[in-house]
Formats: sequence, structure tokens, C-alpha cells
Amino acid sequence: MAQATHDAHSYVPPAEVEEMELYHAKTWIGKYVWSQDAKVIAVQYSVTAIAIGLVALVLSVLMRLQLGWPNSFSIIDPSSYLQFVTMHGMIMVIYLLTALFLGGFGNYLIPLMCGARDMVFPYLNMVSYWVYLAAVLILVASFFVPGGSTGAGWTLYPPQAISPGTPGTEWGILLMLISLALFIIGFTMGGLNYVVTVLQARTRGMSLMRLPLTVWGIFMATVLALLAFPALFVSAIMMTLDRLLGTSFFMPAMVSLGDQTSYDNGSPVLFQHLFWFFGHPEVYIVALPAFGIVSDLLSTHARKAIFGYRMMVWAIVAIGALSFVVWAHHMYVSGMNPYFGFFFATTTLIIAVPTAIKVYNWVLTLWRGNIRLNVPMMFAIGFIFTFINGGLTGLFLGNVTVDLPLSDTYFVIAHFHMVMAVSPILVVFGAIYHWYPKVTGRMLDDRLGKIHFWLTFLGTYAIYYPMHYLGFQGLPRRYFSYGETAFMSDSAQDLNMAISIAAICVAFAQLFFLYNLVVSYFRGKPASDNPWEATTLEWQTSKTPPEHGNFGPDLPLVYRWAYDYSLPGATQDYIPQNVSPDDPIVTGEDPTIEASSATAPENPS
Amino acid sequence: MTAVLVFLGCLMAGIVWWLIRQTINVKPWVADTSAEAPQTYALAGPGSLQGVPSVKVGLGVFLAVATSLFALFLSAYDIRMEISDWRPLREPDLLWFNTALLVLGSIALQWGWTNAKKGNETQRNRGLIAGGIFALGFIIGQLMAWQELNAAGLTISGNPANAFFYTLTALHGLHLLGGLVAWAKTANRVWRGAQPAAINLGVELCTLYWHYLLVIWLILFGLMLST
Repeated sequence: MAQATHDAHSYVPPAEVEEMELYHAKTWIGKYVWSQDAKVIAVQYSVTAIAIGLVALVLSVLMRLQLGWPNSFSIIDPSSYLQFVTMHGMIMVIYLLTALFLGGFGNYLIPLMCGARDMVFPYLNMVSYWVYLAAVLILVASFFVPGGSTGAGWTLYPPQAISPGTPGTEWGILLMLISLALFIIGFTMGGLNYVVTVLQARTRGMSLMRLPLTVWGIFMATVLALLAFPALFVSAIMMTLDRLLGTSFFMPAMVSLGDQTSYDNGSPVLFQHLFWFFGHPEVYIVALPAFGIVSDLLSTHARKAIFGYRMMVWAIVAIGALSFVVWAHHMYVSGMNPYFGFFFATTTLIIAVPTAIKVYNWVLTLWRGNIRLNVPMMFAIGFIFTFINGGLTGLFLGNVTVDLPLSDTYFVIAHFHMVMAVSPILVVFGAIYHWYPKVTGRMLDDRLGKIHFWLTFLGTYAIYYPMHYLGFQGLPRRYFSYGETAFMSDSAQDLNMAISIAAICVAFAQLFFLYNLVVSYFRGKPASDNPWEATTLEWQTSKTPPEHGNFGPDLPLVYRWAYDYSLPGATQDYIPQNVSPDDPIVTGEDPTIEASSATAPENPS
Repeated sequence: MTAVLVFLGCLMAGIVWWLIRQTINVKPWVADTSAEAPQTYALAGPGSLQGVPSVKVGLGVFLAVATSLFALFLSAYDIRMEISDWRPLREPDLLWFNTALLVLGSIALQWGWTNAKKGNETQRNRGLIAGGIFALGFIIGQLMAWQELNAAGLTISGNPANAFFYTLTALHGLHLLGGLVAWAKTANRVWRGAQPAAINLGVELCTLYWHYLLVIWLILFGLMLST
């Protein structure tokens, strides 16, 4: 398509996108506590998610202490170990990653990147955060109730999740289920906002195919979450009824501690179906925003257009759609029909195709790019390595015959931590280093960032690489201690100790990050409006941090996609989305001569 | 899991079809001289949502979420009823009366909305109020049906069929209660004499939601009667 009908002075009329009426808070509390500004809500979400994530990090260190030096710590007994395992998993997957990517980055970036003033339903958005906070507080409360939090494993499989003998069957499991239900209700409020904002509130010229991939990733992940979280909601309701009112949705007839329970022939496998119908899309709810964000980081810091933009968009859509037909690959050992297993193995391997396309495109984006190896870029490249590693072990586990012996071993732990824990968290770090200047107006310290990157990146490899080997040996997961076992070599314990040391180092390395976040907020180098020389709209705001309403009196007009880096003939190596093709920085003409026409969109003649 | 897969399959097909119309043959790397250029299809091209109020799109998205929820319950129902301890429940006859109330509620709101489009405000308000009252009647009727079952000893823990009956009716009732909150807000706007456009939008959204919950109820009721 040619750049037809050039008219340097063509007047573009004001936005037809309806201007929204913003709620202007008058008090400090209205602005920063009961705020309806998506950017403030984003920070609230992020701070809460990171705070609860730190709790989960401490839990993982406690687990590693027990595994590295068995029975040396009196505070860790078998029950508390299982509670740590459960809470670590649930917090990290749902309350940290989901909330941070969608509630945090989604709230901050969707309106800014789409060129909107705010989310379309700001009040609902505010309620969404407070419901999320309530869910987090209820979850935290479960640590302190009689019997402690639930120790059923993050999958909460019945019957053991609500049968005597499992930690936290009195209160812990109930609080967990209530907290999850609240989280889902809160998320649905936020999710409606994210989807409708992307659909309805884009500024003029921002067609779907001009959206930055970050928005695509978050948008598709939100669609998945809106459709998949109901499965968790349904299972939470049904399990609550089993626990409280004695229904038998999931609970089978069984003898517990010598007594026949009152339950009938409930189906634990039904729970597994429902849980994984949510659980597998959940992987992509976390991964798709990471995919989108990392695409933008790579493109920006390699000064090169993302390779295969359209393919990237369609890969996101394809992964999203396919993620609903692979759930039973988590249930190969539940005794399913072999034909089912074959079906789910096939769909699982098919989903590798769009995923591999994305990986190729990231690598090809780097190819002959003008790479600026700053901190966000290092995390983004680190993500590619880690994601490939974790993705490849997924091919093993996706096959029924390979999965059966590896099921419930440390190989599985290594796989999913590489692919959906370390990979997304590297993107989270990269994204925070990237957008922190916009959020706070100050740069994060570069040297601390690099130390943080190398310790985290190499450290996580030191943790998870050896776990593959332990998994091959058959070391089962979720065991408090291994004692004397025939199949386990003596060196396995040495390896466990080494892993624990690495884990403790990585945990402490996060202090560099936290210190950097706090100190830079007060003493960091002041950031310019567009420190990374990026093209997307959030960097084109007149103020940093952007004010309530994001843009000045007029919404930006969009003339191009988000990836015009190193355009031939242009005077600078990036062309923001709101720069017209007639602008001197694009045409390469002397800006002093054409100074008046450069601002044509803002000054209609 | 057939019910939910069929629903998601249709939904995904719809999303993909819509996206193809938005994105086919678009060359994102080509810049335009004006924001009015043909590339900006998404705002004014085929399949665009321009002109549709955001609240209505929001309601549409919410209905997709709710459908996912009910479809999952139906899938669970389908799997659970195959197990030997399932003893079919004989639903109280009162449910037929309740169903009639829900149908009347939908008709009343539809009538109100039709009148709203004609600018006939009095009739519109009557339709709106009647729709809400019928829905309230339906919820009271459902509670009476619960009492009737409970009195007959058919408690929630008695049998999985009972458990599903109570759970599904409660879930449907809660959705209707949520709708009544929106209905009350619209009724309050009528009371305060708000702008006709704002009231009409409220009436339209209530009508859509009432129709949706009627369809869901007919599916649930039909399923429970037939099994």
C-alpha cells in the first residue's frame, strides 16, 4: 500500500472518540486511596501484589531450608511445610502474577497505550482493586486462624483438601475458597474494563493492528481470564458446599480416620476437570501479557520493528483459543481413557507452533538490531533463554508416555518454574525497569539493576537446572523429607543443599531490587518524558508522571504503528505513533524551515 | 465438558471472525497522513463497535462471562449425573408458575423498551416497573419452592440432584438480584426525572439482561425437568 494522498497541511478534525467525563477527586484520599484513576489503581495493584509476592518468596525460602538441611529447623514441621507449598503456589500464580500483569500493567498501560483518558468504567475499576485487596487480606488471615492455612497443595484436590488429616481443613481451606471467589469477582470487574476500554476507547487512528503488542497480550489474557476464572469459581462454590453443607459434588464415599463419612459418590476427577479448565488457561493468562510486554521491550531497545507483527498478533489469538483444549494434559495420571490422552497430547504439541513462532520472531527482532543492552533489555533477553528452556521441557511432559514416569517429580517443578514463574517474572522486572521512569518520573539505578539481573538470572538457573536431574531420579515433589530411599542417590541430598543455597541467594538478590525501587523514588535521576526514545503513546504525554486524564487538552492522533524504529530517511531512529508522515523528523527535511507544519495536527489552519 | 466447549468454540469462532474482518489485508507498518485513513477500520469500518455505548458492550462481555459460568455448571451437572448415586429430583410445580412470572417480566420490559424507542415515556415506565415486580415475584416464588422441597425432606445434602437444584437456582437468583440493582437505579432515574436518553439506555440494558436470564432459566429448568 502506498502512502497515498499526502497532504502536508491536511487538517485532522478533533477526535470523534467520545471525550469521557473524568471524576475529579477533591481530597488527597479521593486522589490516592479511593482513586478512580487507572494509573493510581495500577500502582495500588502492583504494590499489593508485590507485597504478597514477597510473603510467597519467604515461604519458598522456608521450604528450601527444610529441603536443603532436613529437620534442622524447629519452626518447620510436615504440616507447616505443606502449608508453605500451598500458599507459595497459590499466591505466586494468582495473587502476584495475575494481579500484577492484568491489574498492575493492564491498568497502567491500556489507557495510555490506546490513547484513552482512563478506563471506561473508572468506578468499577476502583471497586475491583478493593475487592482484590479484601481477597488478599482474607488469604493472609488464613495464616492466623486455628489450624492455619490450607496445606492441600495449590491445586486443592478433593477429597484430601477438606478431609481431616490435611492441614487447615477447619478454616484454612474455607478462607482460601472465599478469597479465591472474591478475587474472581474483583477480577471480573477489572477485566470488563480492560476489554471494553481496548474495544471502545482507543484514540483516533489507533486501529487494532496499530496497538502495541503489550495491549494485545493483556487484552487476550483478559479474555481468557474472564472465560476461565468461572471454572475456578464453580469449583470453589461446589467445594465450599461440600465442606459446609455436606453435599457430595466432589467428595466420594469414604472412611476417614476410621469413620464412614456422610459423603456419597462425589467425583474428585470432576474437580480436576474444572480446576484445570481454569488452570491451563491460567498459564497463558500469565504468559500472554509477558509475551506482549517482552515484544515491546525487545523492539524498543533493539531499535528495530518487531519481526512479523501480524503473525505475533495471530499467535497470541491462536494460543488463547488453543489454551482451552489442552487442560487434561495435567491429568494424565488420573486414569483417563488413552484416546483422551492422545487427543490432549496432540493439542498440547500444536500449541507449541504459535509459541515457537513468537520465539523465532523475538530472536529475529534482535537480529541486526541496534541493541542497547540496558537493564530492561537484559531481562527481556534473559526471558527468551528461560522461556525456551522451560518450553522445551514442556514438550517432554506433554507426551503421555514421558509424562507418566515424570509426573509429580522435581522435573515438573523445574519445568513449570522455568516456563511460568521465572520467565514471566523476568518480564515483570524488565517491565518495571522500563516503565518506572514514566510512573515515578525518576530512573532506576542502572548498576543495581544489572547486579539484580545477573544474580536473579544465573541464580534461577542454579536452582532449576539441577531439579531436572532430581526429577529424572524420581524425586517426588511435595515431600517434607526423603529419609532413606533406595532410588535416590546420596548426591541428591548434596544437590538439594546446593539448590537451597542458590535459592537463598536469589531471594536476597531481590533486596537490590527493592532498595532500588524505594531509594530511586526519592533520589533517582530525574527522567525525561521519553528516556528510552520509544514510540508508544504513553511516552508522548506532556507530563511525567502523566496527570489524571493522561493527555493534554486533545487526545493524540495516531498515524502509524508502534514499531517505527530506524526508519530510513528519518532524522531520528524512532517515530512516535502520533507523528504524521509529513513531519520533518520523518521526511528528513530541515525542521527549522517546516517548523510550523510540524505541529499541524495541533494547530489546524 | 461438552456444554462449555461448545460455548467457547462458538465464542472463539466469533472473536476470530470479527478480528479477521478488522485485520485482514491491513498493513500495519504503513503510516497514514491523516487519522481518517482507511487503515483506521477499527473505529469506523465493518464490524466496528463505534456508536454502541460502552455500557452495552460491557454488558455483552459480562453476559459472555456469565454464560461461561452457567455452561461450566451444566458440564459439571452432566458429568455428575452419570454417577450411580444420582436420584432425579421431582421439581415442585410452583416452578411453572415462577417461569410464567419470568416470561411476563421479559415481555413487560420488552414492551417498555419498544415504547421507549417510540418516545412513549409513560408506557416505557410502566413496562420497566412491571418487569421489576415480576422478577421480584419470581425470586419470592423460587424461595417458596425451596421451602416446599425442604419441608418434603429434600435437603441440599440429600442427593447430588438436590444439591445442583439448590445451587443452580441460587446462582440464577443471585444474577437476577444483581439485575434488580441495575433496575432499581434505572427506576430511580425515572423517579428523579433524568434525561430520557439515560433512562432509555437503562431500560434497554435491563431488557437484554432479563431476556438473557429467561433463556438461561429455560435451559436450566428444561435440563432439570428432563433428568
